[in-house]
Amino acid sequence: MVKGESTVRTVRTRALVVAAALAAGLVGAGTSHGVPGVVATAPAAAPQVPAAEPTGDCSEQTPAASPSLNGRKVQEIRARGTLVVGVDQNSYNWGFRNPQSGQLEGFDIELSRAIAKAVLGDPGKITFRTVTTPKRIEAIRNGTVDLVVRTMTINCERRKDIAFSAPYFSSGQRLVVPKSAKAATAAEGLQGKRACAAQQSSSETELKKPGYGTSSVTIVENQLDCLVLMQLGKVDATLTDSTLAAAQAAQDPTVRLGGETIIPAKMGIGLKQEDTDLAALVNQVLLDYRANGGWQAAYDRWLAASMGTSSAPYLP
Amino acid sequence: MQQRLRQLTGTAPARLRAAGVVLTVLVLLFGALTAWQVSTRAQAADRMVTTSQPLSQDAAEIYRSLADADTTAASAFLLAGDAPPALRERYERDLATAAELLARAAARTDASSEAQRWVAALNRQLPQYAGLVESARANDRQGLPLGGAYQRYASKQMQGTMLPDAQKLVEAENRRLDQDYSVAADFPWTALGFGLLALGALVWCQVLLLRRTNRVFNPGLLAASAAVLAGVFWLSGGTLSAVLDLEDAHSHGAAPLRVLNKARIEALQSRTAENLDLVSRGGSDSYDKDWQKYSTALAGDQSSDGGRVNGGTLAAAGWNAPKDAQAALEQAAKLFPAWSTRHRKAEESDYTAALQTVVGPNGTETSEAAFNALDEQLGKAAAAELAVFERSAHGVDGGLTGLAVGAGVLALLAAAGVAVGLGRRLAEYR
Repeated sequence: MVKGESTVRTVRTRALVVAAALAAGLVGAGTSHGVPGVVATAPAAAPQVPAAEPTGDCSEQTPAASPSLNGRKVQEIRARGTLVVGVDQNSYNWGFRNPQSGQLEGFDIELSRAIAKAVLGDPGKITFRTVTTPKRIEAIRNGTVDLVVRTMTINCERRKDIAFSAPYFSSGQRLVVPKSAKAATAAEGLQGKRACAAQQSSSETELKKPGYGTSSVTIVENQLDCLVLMQLGKVDATLTDSTLAAAQAAQDPTVRLGGETIIPAKMGIGLKQEDTDLAALVNQVLLDYRANGGWQAAYDRWLAASMGTSSAPYLP
Repeated sequence: MQQRLRQLTGTAPARLRAAGVVLTVLVLLFGALTAWQVSTRAQAADRMVTTSQPLSQDAAEIYRSLADADTTAASAFLLAGDAPPALRERYERDLATAAELLARAAARTDASSEAQRWVAALNRQLPQYAGLVESARANDRQGLPLGGAYQRYASKQMQGTMLPDAQKLVEAENRRLDQDYSVAADFPWTALGFGLLALGALVWCQVLLLRRTNRVFNPGLLAASAAVLAGVFWLSGGTLSAVLDLEDAHSHGAAPLRVLNKARIEALQSRTAENLDLVSRGGSDSYDKDWQKYSTALAGDQSSDGGRVNGGTLAAAGWNAPKDAQAALEQAAKLFPAWSTRHRKAEESDYTAALQTVVGPNGTETSEAAFNALDEQLGKAAAAELAVFERSAHGVDGGLTGLAVGAGVLALLAAAGVAVGLGRRLAEYR
């Protein structure tokens, strides 16, 4: 508990230091306006994220109360002694179970641990609970989990039911194609091809739009099933979240990301709308995580190999 | 009647000759019909024991081996590096059994039959399935979640295509067994009718002779009557006992065995769903629905307190089952709640704890242990029911073949008796 107390003090101190940055910066971090500058600096190999529409993606964060450990929800978690986080175990390099160690690993997992450290003073005081894609919102609303850190895209539809932290990653939709396939653009990669996407995903909606000229569209339960089908020669191209597309490419050296990022979006941490104290604390952690190099270190460890050495296109 | 016979034949020797022909034809017809009808049944009974029941059981075993392979592959996948060699061996044994039985079924069914079609379909798919499982393992060993996706895809092939094909093979083989059973257990009424007719004619002839000649006994005809009477008794007694034996083999062996096979499959499918729920690592909730579906079919609807009501296939399997099988089934029914409880516990815990509860390599308080204990009891019950079938149906065909031959011999004896008996009377007119 002593250890915990000292962490609390650190958090408080930091909270004071960055108070000003918070008031102004949090809003800025949440909007898409910060992004365009990085496009020019992105290396050719790295995917280029075009500027998002300034409105309509609902990724803007309403400024929350200043972070403290005295809020109702934070107190509840501290009394419980563990932070319950809803994660995925199948997103390679994001949240996945390493069969060798039996441990959950990845970018999202490291971020979750950083939050546990801030709330409870110990990155180990955390309970990971797997939630399915369709159950994410339900799990937050009925309190099964405190937070969902699971490559979750911030959008208006979801914002009606739950709250989001500030964005922590910029993503979109990317195509996964065999290395030999011609796919300079998403349109070229899909023309006349057998496409694959996960059900109830933005990719499915996109592929159903007319104009891509796909010869067929296969809808599967999980985006990773598309990679199985692609390896078995049953589909030619997969459209999925750029984060997950990179995860696919990381698992199979014979496929690559193709075309440009379409439908840019931002990822955030999902939580209950009334847990404003927790939201404030999480946003504080996100700021610290960026500032102290934690974000970059996690990017380098998990994502650089498959998404490019420069993290610039993905900064929130 | 006498008048008409007289008109038809005129003189007394002619009448005697006519009577001789009619009687000889009747007893020989009785003999031939009995031999034919009974040997048809003997052949069907023989087919039941040597072909159709083994093929039907083989088909059920193919189905079970495939389902077991899928369950075991998923367990081994979950345990990855910790998987005990026994699990791998079980998976390989399942595939070998399925391949061997498929080859046997292919050799023993003719090429045009429906069963052959499903055998061919399964032969085609089996290596593909094995390939998918190996891909799953190879990817998983590299730490890639793609392995799980392969395992789920393999299981989808098995549950969605291969098992339904195997089910159709089971149904085709069961239909054949039912056909043989209905032929074998059909009572030979025609042969019996002719036996009674021949017996009646013999008695009538002797009554007429008695009136005309005042000789009380005609030894030849008497011997013929005795032979036919013996034939009729043997026929009714022999076939009745065969029908009863076959009925016993069917209703206490083959029929409950079918329900039991269904229970074993439902247990395996519940287990597969439970494993795949963990393989999917929270990526899907369709396996939870599968668990609900199969475990409900197996053990009955879930009541509000987590117990089960209505019994399901597990209870239905006990109906008409032999005592040994019933005892094993009761044991199985007692084991199910432990499995169900552990399953619920796993559902409520986090992944690592759930993994321990479901497949824990060393634990005894696991779903794996509960399922294995239950499956063992179901296996015991199946062996008991198979034994009843074999005990009851065994030798039925031999008894019937003896009867067919015996009836033929008796008919020839009767015909000889008729010839001797009426020959004596005819001689008196020379």
